[in-house]
Amino acid sequence: MTVPLTDKEVWLVIHGMGLGATFLLAYAGGLAGLWSFRPEWVTVAGIQERTRRLSAGTWVMAIVAWLTVISGTYIVYPWFRAWYPIENVQLSFWHTFGMEWKRHVAWFAPMLATAVAYVVVRYGSSLAHEDKIRRALIVLFTLAFGAAGVAGIFGAFLTKVAPIR
Amino acid sequence: MEQQKPLTNGPAAAAILASGIGCLTLGLLTTLAQALAPAREALNFYSPTGPMSGKTILATAVWLVAWAMLHSLWRSEQVNFGKIFIVTLVLIALGFLGTFPLFFRSFGV
Repeated sequence: MTVPLTDKEVWLVIHGMGLGATFLLAYAGGLAGLWSFRPEWVTVAGIQERTRRLSAGTWVMAIVAWLTVISGTYIVYPWFRAWYPIENVQLSFWHTFGMEWKRHVAWFAPMLATAVAYVVVRYGSSLAHEDKIRRALIVLFTLAFGAAGVAGIFGAFLTKVAPIR
Repeated sequence: MEQQKPLTNGPAAAAILASGIGCLTLGLLTTLAQALAPAREALNFYSPTGPMSGKTILATAVWLVAWAMLHSLWRSEQVNFGKIFIVTLVLIALGFLGTFPLFFRSFGV
């Protein structure tokens, strides 16, 4: 027996398990790439190869982050907003943190990730010699991950507490 | 190996500081929308999403404009990157505070 997914559930899967999870999973690869992007650790040929991989990876992450917040804010959130029973005190914690905090803080991720992607592409292999900038990118990248992580965790719980069909 | 043209740190600083400005703007608009009913109404650009639409559109616009301006200012400049990065972290922290419900809900309904 198959249980069909509704259109809303399909969008929830695209938003959370597709786009959001892709961003969070790709973070480890991006972090490892930025962390080890140093001339003393990688050969000249290695730097060239890593530059291409890091450029592509960070841009994919930035685009995915934008698609995640746009789909979340303009497609998924209106369903929750229309459904939410304001008088239900049992759901107030989940409304406060699961939706109020999540939907705002998530928007930090694409702005920060875009800054990281831009700098990676702009500086290319020179970034390996720009230790201050590279370290700053690691911090911003991690903050983007943290913001997306908050959104992802609360989003996952919210779909259990307040399932929208 | 191909020689790379030396780059100044200005473009990186501009992109990084602009991201902090974008985060701060979102925090400010979130708190403003909570504190002032007229602001909340004015930010309602798209009814199904409510004031969240205005907050996100304006924060994105401010981020992009700030980035363009800073980039044109610092395109060929060597700036105090460490200082700018610290300022960016402060802006992000303030933005984070502004979007934290326990904080912004203390400003009104």
